[in-house]
Amino acid sequence: MSGLKLQGVGKHFGSVVAVADVDLELPTGKLVCLLGPSGCGKTTLLRLIAGLEEPTTGQITLDGQDLTPVPAHKRGFGMVFQSLALFPHLSVGENVAYALKIRGVGKDERQRRAEELLDLVRLPGVADRHISQLSGGQRQRVAIARALALDPKLFLLDEPLSALDAKLREAMQVELRMLQQRLGITTIVVTHDQREAMTMADLVVVMEHGYARQVGSPLEIYRNPASTFVADFIGITNLISGKASGNDEVTVADVPIRVNAGGKLDRGADVTVSVRPEEVQLLGADQRGENRLPGEITFIRDLGASVEISLNCGGVTVLAITTPKERPRAAVGDRAMVELPRAACIALPS
Amino acid sequence: MSRNTPRGLKQHVSVIYPALMLGVFFVVPFAIMLAVSFFHRVEAGFYEPGFEFANYARFFSAFFAKALIFSVFVAGVAAVVSVIVCFPFTYFMTRLSRSWQVVLLVYVMAVLSLSEVIIGFSWSTLLSRTAGVSNLLVFVGLMDAPTAWSPGLAALLFGLCYLGFPYTVLILYPSLSRLDPQLPEAARMLGASPVRTFFTVVVPTMRTTIVGALIMVFVFTLGAYLLPQVLGRPQHWTLSVLITDQAIFQSNLPFAAAMAIFLMLVSLALVGVTMMLGQKETPAP
Repeated sequence: MSGLKLQGVGKHFGSVVAVADVDLELPTGKLVCLLGPSGCGKTTLLRLIAGLEEPTTGQITLDGQDLTPVPAHKRGFGMVFQSLALFPHLSVGENVAYALKIRGVGKDERQRRAEELLDLVRLPGVADRHISQLSGGQRQRVAIARALALDPKLFLLDEPLSALDAKLREAMQVELRMLQQRLGITTIVVTHDQREAMTMADLVVVMEHGYARQVGSPLEIYRNPASTFVADFIGITNLISGKASGNDEVTVADVPIRVNAGGKLDRGADVTVSVRPEEVQLLGADQRGENRLPGEITFIRDLGASVEISLNCGGVTVLAITTPKERPRAAVGDRAMVELPRAACIALPS
Repeated sequence: MSRNTPRGLKQHVSVIYPALMLGVFFVVPFAIMLAVSFFHRVEAGFYEPGFEFANYARFFSAFFAKALIFSVFVAGVAAVVSVIVCFPFTYFMTRLSRSWQVVLLVYVMAVLSLSEVIIGFSWSTLLSRTAGVSNLLVFVGLMDAPTAWSPGLAALLFGLCYLGFPYTVLILYPSLSRLDPQLPEAARMLGASPVRTFFTVVVPTMRTTIVGALIMVFVFTLGAYLLPQVLGRPQHWTLSVLITDQAIFQSNLPFAAAMAIFLMLVSLALVGVTMMLGQKETPAP
């Protein structure tokens, strides 16, 4: 039994349920993202794993060993906090070597290791500086180096990049992922940014209202979302409501749409069809066919690298994103036909 | 920029008011006291204007030197004890829920509303032989006979610390409640036990506040003139008591003023030294 295992883990604050009955098995050496909107319980779940909160129900085990009786300071996990929580009264080097000082490691060894760790996060030669002399990105690296000082069994990060501006954040995501792969350390990252999760994660846990709604690889979750919540939260999607008119067919605005549901739909049930905008095909108004809805272009957003076209198809709004080499010859008010390819239509319970 | 250019009377009204208040209630009385300290005392009378150092020369004696050293010692001990007791108290208070914090703060404020006289006589009763806590200890079997702890040095220190506690809590509270709770948590995750976390992270990050509280309580208890008379013996009378004695009972205002100014200079010097020590180890920003 290896890796981190959560069985029925729940955390209640009075009558508020922060984490409800989570079962998870996290593989060793992988990077796992806990993803969800604010207040979904992802940070609380991370704190439960860290030992900073005690679970109300359930059990957490690491390599078969029960973690519940082990206090946070004896778990040997590294953690990067949202506020970074760098010690303002210590220099950069002293911050990084804090854990070693607590362990009683000698001064020379501490200095050597601090420089080694700062090299690891590509921040050499700043050991003697004060925290306030560093930029946001540099502080980020110091916090990561400090958390890695004891070669932790588990590396926990709570929204680690949220304080950085967009460009730096993307660069740090890549760097953090590369560092994690180089060290082969089991890592759990809490984030509300689905792009961050897609960039870094081997495994994504999508959380909502304290529940783990779906667990899977980023692509699997993107392609086969388990619910409208997951489909909507991960990337952009068209959520089109309709009624099941067959085992594999949903009627949307009086047009039957063949969907990818494995013949499991109940005739007459309310169904939401999720189609990713980049899968939607835009055709000429006269090109009728299967899974095609007639509509009118209501808005065009040309972002340069991609063009987003909104259409009104008999009361249903459909968004299509294309990445054309040439600008499409479409204008607001034009009639057009949209094709929702069957393989891309995921039927979800409403 | 336009910061230095005058912008009419309206701009200055806001400055005039505090300046006026400061002048009326601080600068003028202080100037009077400074002048009086150089005046000539008339025996069995009051004083007449003059300029002499006799008043200052008088307390360069063993008696007043001892009183000064004792005053500084007592106020220093009260300040250190207050901070040592109140810092953990306030820290754990800020970790409680909001409603519990309010209850405790109201309690602390209630202590503030007690006058020095009431505090003094309460402690003198509590530490007395006839009605004090030693009777309780005898009843429990911890002591053989009830003892009088008041008047005495311990009683005086008890009283001064009690006086300083609520002020210390009120000074420490804002900074401690603003302390990022993730700082001690980060220390825990790095392997520090709760006790190590407290001493290696919480106390050092709060250094400026601690120095501030020390200075506050020190200056505050240095000025206490009732408690030493109620809870102490005559040899425990601080300089503040002697100043009161000279001013009110001996009618020697010039000497009292000179002593007050000297005490102020000494405490200013001590405050300056403490602040310098407090800043020294802070890494350059």
